[in-house]
Amino acid sequence: MDQAAGRIPVAAAPVGRPSRARRTGGALLLSPAVILLLVWSLVPLAMTLWYSVRRYNLVDPTQVGFAGLGNYWYLLTDPDFLTALLNTAILVGGVLVITVGLGTLLAVLFDQSFPGRGIARVLVISPFFVMPTVSALLWKNLMLHPIYGVYSAMMRAVGLTPVDWLSRYPLATLVMIVSWEWLPFAILILLTAIQSLDAEQKEAARMDGAGPLAQFRYIILPHLSRAITVVIMIETIFLLAVFAEISVTTAGGPGVASTNLAFLIYSRALLQFDVGGASAGGVVAIVIANIVAAFLLRAVARNLEA
Amino acid sequence: MATVELRDIRKTYSDEEIIKGVSLTIHDREFVVFVGPSGCGKSTLLRMIAGLEEITAGELLIDGVRANEKGPAERGLAMVFQSYALYPHMNVYRNMEFSLRLAGMPEAERRQRIADVARILQLEPYLDHKPGQLSGGQRQRVAIGRAIVRNPKVFLFDEPLSNLDAALRGQMRVELATLHRRLGATTIYVTHDQVEAMTMADRIVVLRRGVVEQIGTPLDLYHRPRNLFVAQFMGSPAMNVLPAHIVSVTDRTATVTTGPLTVTVPVHAGSLQPGAAVTLGVRPEHIGLDMAGAPQGLVEISERLGAATLLHVRLSDGRQIVVQTGGDNMNAPDSAVGVTPDPAHCHLFDADGVALDHLAAHPLQVGS
Ligand SMILES: Nc1ncnc2c1ncn2[C@@H]1O[C@H](COP(=O)(O)OP(=O)(O)OP(=O)(O)O)[C@@H](O)[C@H]1O
Ligand SMILES: [Mg+2]
Repeated sequence: MDQAAGRIPVAAAPVGRPSRARRTGGALLLSPAVILLLVWSLVPLAMTLWYSVRRYNLVDPTQVGFAGLGNYWYLLTDPDFLTALLNTAILVGGVLVITVGLGTLLAVLFDQSFPGRGIARVLVISPFFVMPTVSALLWKNLMLHPIYGVYSAMMRAVGLTPVDWLSRYPLATLVMIVSWEWLPFAILILLTAIQSLDAEQKEAARMDGAGPLAQFRYIILPHLSRAITVVIMIETIFLLAVFAEISVTTAGGPGVASTNLAFLIYSRALLQFDVGGASAGGVVAIVIANIVAAFLLRAVARNLEA
Repeated sequence: MATVELRDIRKTYSDEEIIKGVSLTIHDREFVVFVGPSGCGKSTLLRMIAGLEEITAGELLIDGVRANEKGPAERGLAMVFQSYALYPHMNVYRNMEFSLRLAGMPEAERRQRIADVARILQLEPYLDHKPGQLSGGQRQRVAIGRAIVRNPKVFLFDEPLSNLDAALRGQMRVELATLHRRLGATTIYVTHDQVEAMTMADRIVVLRRGVVEQIGTPLDLYHRPRNLFVAQFMGSPAMNVLPAHIVSVTDRTATVTTGPLTVTVPVHAGSLQPGAAVTLGVRPEHIGLDMAGAPQGLVEISERLGAATLLHVRLSDGRQIVVQTGGDNMNAPDSAVGVTPDPAHCHLFDADGVALDHLAAHPLQVGS
């Protein structure tokens, strides 16, 4: 715009002054939306920061006043916090490995032509349409319930004692449930990416002597690298905040064995009524999410540029 | 040292026969071009030879050994695709190295080979570039290089130049011909570009709807087309074809008339009698202009190409023919002209479109 104005000074001069007025007018008209958005995100953030340095417990009105960094100190030295941090990492990492690994293989498989492929594709995508609470309940009561579950019935049918997965291996079971939810997403993105691979490239590779494995390793996988990065990024954002599945199945237990950061904050605030401690946890979660996001964005930017 | 033999090769896609029995022997070091209209099955045939497409029936022999059941890599062929099909995430060096690495060739030997090929194809400055950073012609050269490094028995090309602009296509055509002379490798080349077929081929195979219409040297096809399809398909501008009637026959000629024209063509008329319907074919470059005699038509359009002029002449019976004259021909639209086909270069086709035996000496095989 400045260039255009420089080139046509005659036309620009008279417009110059009103345009500033128009700009302020524009800003004025935009302001409600901007202010709303600012209030929307800044006020909760500010309140969280404020509460995180306050003594504030809902069931103990005698606790008031500044806590300084006490809430943080209490949180960071709490062994539960470290467990939750570790659990979050295991949950995110485990689900990523399973969905991306299995998703890539299944995407390659579903790219082949076989009878009933259309129906099979719909079936493999369908878990994605089940909401987290429902799918967690499905797994808890329909599949894995030690007495009524399908899995348990199957085990008993062959004379074995069914394992009570959710109490014996709560975190692993959660990883499995969340993977089941997110696998379709990975397959969907990766299958679309595979289908965009030029068929002549695969044929050229075949002429060059590449068998199925070499084709996968040298042609398909490099072609998929961008799509895989996108899957990892989007999944990480959502997996850091997994909550419904934990709340419905294990409620973070036994003990804190399946408590992640999101659930820890929730349990501090709404089960233990410690608003100050929960706010401190929220701030820590924001910091962690931003660190992860920064790393991811860097990796993605590099991969998308190449 | 590589020969390819096709014995009654057929291809069926879900009940529809696409290739209907092709038999052909390609000799060592020969450059064979498949031409034909779009959808006639050129690519399918090439892909069957390559091993990318299963052969429904018939036998494929490479160096005399049945190869129907061999995988694409075991046949020892290399293919250059129309879209180049370079591996986008590998640089030029890695693209050329891929097949050698898979074959387990030692590093030093690979390096040596690629260096040689890069020199031949002038790709040395680009070895570190990714395909996305190259121009169309350079990508084409990489695709060719990727085929050459493997030292294949036979090269297969599927319309390799059709994505290039006209000037580059001409240049690459010459480069390919030079390369073929230098390497002497047996080559099968698919194109629908006449000029490529005529200039590069030792022999041309004309296909139509999965059937071989004619096999021969470029000039054979040009001068002695076996039928109307080949006659019209080969040559640019296309041959004029006019419905005609036989007026009289001798044992060495047939005289036919069409509209204002009467021509005595040196052909063997066979069983055809006067009055029989035939088709007269004559190429634009074999029609002369006769300004002295009675005019037989009006010039409708004159296309000046510089080196030649194409006159579109409307004959007095309403049919239009194209006459190729010198670039200095000054006939303007609407001028009346007389046209004289050169009898020795006229072709007659019977009602089924099959050419009558020509008796004039073959213009290029006088000695043989
Ligand atoms: N996979 C397939 N399934 C069914 N029909 C096919 C298949 N591949 C090709 N065909 C058919 O075979 C015929 C020949 O195709 P082909 O690609 O060999 O033509 P072409 O001569 O190479 O044409 P072009 O000059 O346009 O490349 C076409 O009619 C096409 O529809
Ligand atoms: Mg084709």
